[in-house]
Amino acid sequence: MSEMNGTVRIGVYVCHCGTNIAGIVDVKALTHYAAGLPNVAVARDYKYMCSDPGQDLIRQDIRDQHLNRIVVASCSPHLHEATFRNATRAGGLNPFFVQMVNIREHDSWVHTNHAEATLKAIDMVRAAVRRVAYHEALEKGRVSIRPEALVVGGGIAGIHAALTMANAGKHVYLVEREPTIGGHMAQFDKTFPTLDCSACILTPKMSAVKNHPNITLWTYSDVTAIEGYVGNYNVTVTRRPRYVREDLCVGCLECLEACVYKQAKVPDEFNMGLSKRRPIYIPFPQAVPQTPVIDPETCIQFKSGKCKKTCIEVCGDRHAIDLYMQPRTEHIEVGTVVLATGFQTYDARRSPYYGYGHYPNVYTALEIERLVNASGPTGGEVVLRTGGHPKSVGIIHCVGSRDENTNRWCSRVCCMYSLKLAHLLKEHTGAEIFNFYIDMRTPGKGFEEFYQKLLSEHVHFIRGRVAEVTDASLHSSEEGQLVIRVEDTLAGFVRRIPVDMVVLATGLEPRADAQEVRRLFNITCSNEGFFLERHPKLAPVQTFTEGIFLAGCCQGPKDIPDTVAQAGAAAAEALALMDAGYMETEPNTAYVVEESCSGCKTCISVCPYHAISFLDERQVSAINPVLCKGCGTCVAACPSATIRQHLFEDEQIFEEIEGILEYA
Amino acid sequence: MKPKVAFYWCASCGGCEEAVLDLAEDLLEVTALVDIVFWPVALDFKEKDVEGMPDGSIAIAFINGAIRTSDQQKMARLLRAKSELVVAFGVCAQSGGVPGLANLTDAAGILEEAFGDGVRPEREYRVDGSSVTLPKLFDTVVPLSAVIPVDYYVPGCPPTPKIVAGALTALLDPHPPAKGAVLAPDHALCEECPRRDSRPQELRLERFRRVSETVLDTEKCLLAQGVLCLGAATRAGCEARCIAGNMPCTGCFGPPSRVRDFGGKAIGAIASVLGSNDPDEVERALESIPDPAGTFYRYSLPTSFLERRRMEASNGRGN
Amino acid sequence: MPEEYEPKIVAFFCNWCTYLAADLAGTSRIKYAPNTRVIRVMCSGRVDPQFVLDAFAKGADGVLIGGCHPGDCHYQEGNYKALRRFRLLQRLVSQMGIEPERLRLEWISAAEGDRVRAVIDEMTAQLKALGPARRSHAEAA
Repeated sequence: MSEMNGTVRIGVYVCHCGTNIAGIVDVKALTHYAAGLPNVAVARDYKYMCSDPGQDLIRQDIRDQHLNRIVVASCSPHLHEATFRNATRAGGLNPFFVQMVNIREHDSWVHTNHAEATLKAIDMVRAAVRRVAYHEALEKGRVSIRPEALVVGGGIAGIHAALTMANAGKHVYLVEREPTIGGHMAQFDKTFPTLDCSACILTPKMSAVKNHPNITLWTYSDVTAIEGYVGNYNVTVTRRPRYVREDLCVGCLECLEACVYKQAKVPDEFNMGLSKRRPIYIPFPQAVPQTPVIDPETCIQFKSGKCKKTCIEVCGDRHAIDLYMQPRTEHIEVGTVVLATGFQTYDARRSPYYGYGHYPNVYTALEIERLVNASGPTGGEVVLRTGGHPKSVGIIHCVGSRDENTNRWCSRVCCMYSLKLAHLLKEHTGAEIFNFYIDMRTPGKGFEEFYQKLLSEHVHFIRGRVAEVTDASLHSSEEGQLVIRVEDTLAGFVRRIPVDMVVLATGLEPRADAQEVRRLFNITCSNEGFFLERHPKLAPVQTFTEGIFLAGCCQGPKDIPDTVAQAGAAAAEALALMDAGYMETEPNTAYVVEESCSGCKTCISVCPYHAISFLDERQVSAINPVLCKGCGTCVAACPSATIRQHLFEDEQIFEEIEGILEYA
Repeated sequence: MKPKVAFYWCASCGGCEEAVLDLAEDLLEVTALVDIVFWPVALDFKEKDVEGMPDGSIAIAFINGAIRTSDQQKMARLLRAKSELVVAFGVCAQSGGVPGLANLTDAAGILEEAFGDGVRPEREYRVDGSSVTLPKLFDTVVPLSAVIPVDYYVPGCPPTPKIVAGALTALLDPHPPAKGAVLAPDHALCEECPRRDSRPQELRLERFRRVSETVLDTEKCLLAQGVLCLGAATRAGCEARCIAGNMPCTGCFGPPSRVRDFGGKAIGAIASVLGSNDPDEVERALESIPDPAGTFYRYSLPTSFLERRRMEASNGRGN
Repeated sequence: MPEEYEPKIVAFFCNWCTYLAADLAGTSRIKYAPNTRVIRVMCSGRVDPQFVLDAFAKGADGVLIGGCHPGDCHYQEGNYKALRRFRLLQRLVSQMGIEPERLRLEWISAAEGDRVRAVIDEMTAQLKALGPARRSHAEAA
């Protein structure tokens, strides 16, 4: 019950926060005012309340002044609520007798008029002093954390996070939507700035995943439902049928050759459509698992029922091909989730002025990665779609990035990969290479040196945003080529540069289904559509949903080293939870005052977490404090004010309202 | 000496007097126990008689009806002075009751509605050298507690015989309840409603229906049948008589003690069972509540937080 | 209208979206009118209509409720409940003679610091033009 019990003695602490608050709000006047409020035993101001001496003031006053309530007027509770609660507890008082007043983010930082800012602070402090009198002693709840983890997405981020947690002894479920893990990194040829072969550094990690006893790898699978709460998530994974049994297939790949399609006809997704595959295929030779997939949209047997099924024949007595395979549903329980669902590249057709999809020799960066790759569609030979090798190549930076018309952000990796592609293309073809850039963003280790190397390789760098790519020639020297029209801003005039091949450095975007995925996991997205981290500086891998972490480009564009670092961070944070074995929960749960409950059942269907159940024997509602997340919706819905909420009692909020308006 | 009691009516319909009569044979027991010294509807005692009584000589004054005229205010104060205990009898005295809905307009608006163009009562009329005056009609209806301290409340429109009998018993007990108490149970009506079991745990309504628009099952929860029943938000004690008559609860017992504004709480609860997340569907559903103030503040507008409608005034600053 | 009239707006901000957006406005040093006083709730679904009515009764010139965008509520559906209650409350408040501009429900996500500024500045300007909220005036007592 929240009533005023006994004599209330409040300590009010006004923080200067250096000049952040004191520069605008008259902290002395505010403190003086607070000292005169009812029930306030002591009011102090101090330069930095969150510092040790600041916290000491609270600790000392609780003892010396016999305080039983604390009000701190300073920054946002999102920053220091925990700090002041801890200080209060150290002083011997229950930490939930603290109320914070936000006079920095919500006052001194956003208002310029000193008098008005001070008046606002006065109103807010008065409200908090009235509210805190109705606080009660509370204890944090505890939730146990299961030691299993789920990693969604099997690119380099997901792989690294999964291996880290598996090495720590935790069981990890790695769910990947494609038939193989590896993600985008498997498609790259070489990685910048060292020009390591991407597949060479990736495949050992992929193997490690396959062989790890603590990792359950489910490819060609999706998470379709997740329920529960931190430490106890019930996840439903739907495993799509590959029509080849993973447990029986030995990876000989003879079925691929045996397919009735002697000529491959289906555009190969892994090679960005630059080559074709058969209906039975494996995405790339080092795929993990090494189990082929049959595509029911293109397989003759699925479409007409009339195939010779040479694949099954050649598989012989292994019987690994099962055309009647059904989707399977797995139900697992995990304690933590790491989301590593990656990115998609900008669709260059949204920039029609660059001619992608219209002129055959305009390519995206990912297409070039496949083209220069030794196991790509042309064995690493750079052959134009119209035939022959290019003698000149234009690489256009910032396609779908830094652009008000498409995506405003910088995709972070394109300058570096454009330099890399410039180098690789020059190496493969000896062509004249032009890079068209706005700025050169090469901040990482070895990146600036790489740029210098490119400069010394006589690659041309033209600073200007390309206006258009056209095949309309104004001069005979342009005929048969693609002309890049750009303002060379350093030279100061518009240029037309004819090239044989255009490469578009497409930017990184959130995946098309990011909104659905984030709703599934109950996290939020930023304005750009990437998954939102809890704090941009201090909590870059946590989300606002406890137990769910982010790794890699799904949180924002980044390169491989940053992705791996973030994946390690996410794994570490998940491990911290799982190793502790429990987590403390905020005691702001709702509760039913049973003797007042009339059994009207209004509340039962209002809770999205099914935390409220109806007890038939007693004909009253009851709330499970472990499932209750403290939103308070049932509190407002209860028609007889029988359901109440710790820390957000009606009385406390009414006091805040009336405290604010006392002099209105 | 038998204790003296008084009954008085302010802005009321007479139903609360009838409620006393509804005690039927029990009324004789009451009259055997007490002396009724003032009851304008039934007995011939005059205001002057009350004025002549010593202060505090009336044991209990049961005052029903809201306060909306200067005369009612005067009589309430008189009876307070002459009585040991004052009981606000019925929901009009407790929270303004149906007359309280006059707070959606003001005195001028009422007179306009009643008399139309031109004709207005004259407050003072001189005849034969002396003057006769009509009481002043207030702009705002208030509950009894706004003009005098009230000791107990008996809810209902009108209070049921059981509640009245229970109130009398409680008041005559050597250990009466704490002052300020409402003499009825402090939980919602669903607790005593025979139809509670048939209310489903998942209730989603597309719209509300009026009783006249539908044939109602006599055993199923009325809210579940799409009729706006306020029982879940209303104090129990009436034995769900309206529900027994196949009519929804309209809230005449007021809210349980933890609720500060009946209409505000009821709105929060009712909106929670209106089934949709789509704003257009919500608007359509709300069309079936054409008069929210009349529905949710039928008996309690004067004691709601807002108390009354804000009026336009000629100086631009209403009151 | 007296020159000194400054509207006083009581704002209920949900902890995960609007309150964070207001924090973001703070860290970004975005400047806006000083007329709001924020009360933090965990979810806009906690906002009981009684709170709104009490605020108007005690002299608020405006009440602003801030929650997450539909579909984004940190607690799944609390903001939808807030919307339904708000719509019914709007109709009631209008019957009580309170101008519609005085009660406002806004969806503001944690990333929308500038929107906090826009909404508060706009509401403050509107309420300044409208004048102080009329108070109840019961002459008996």
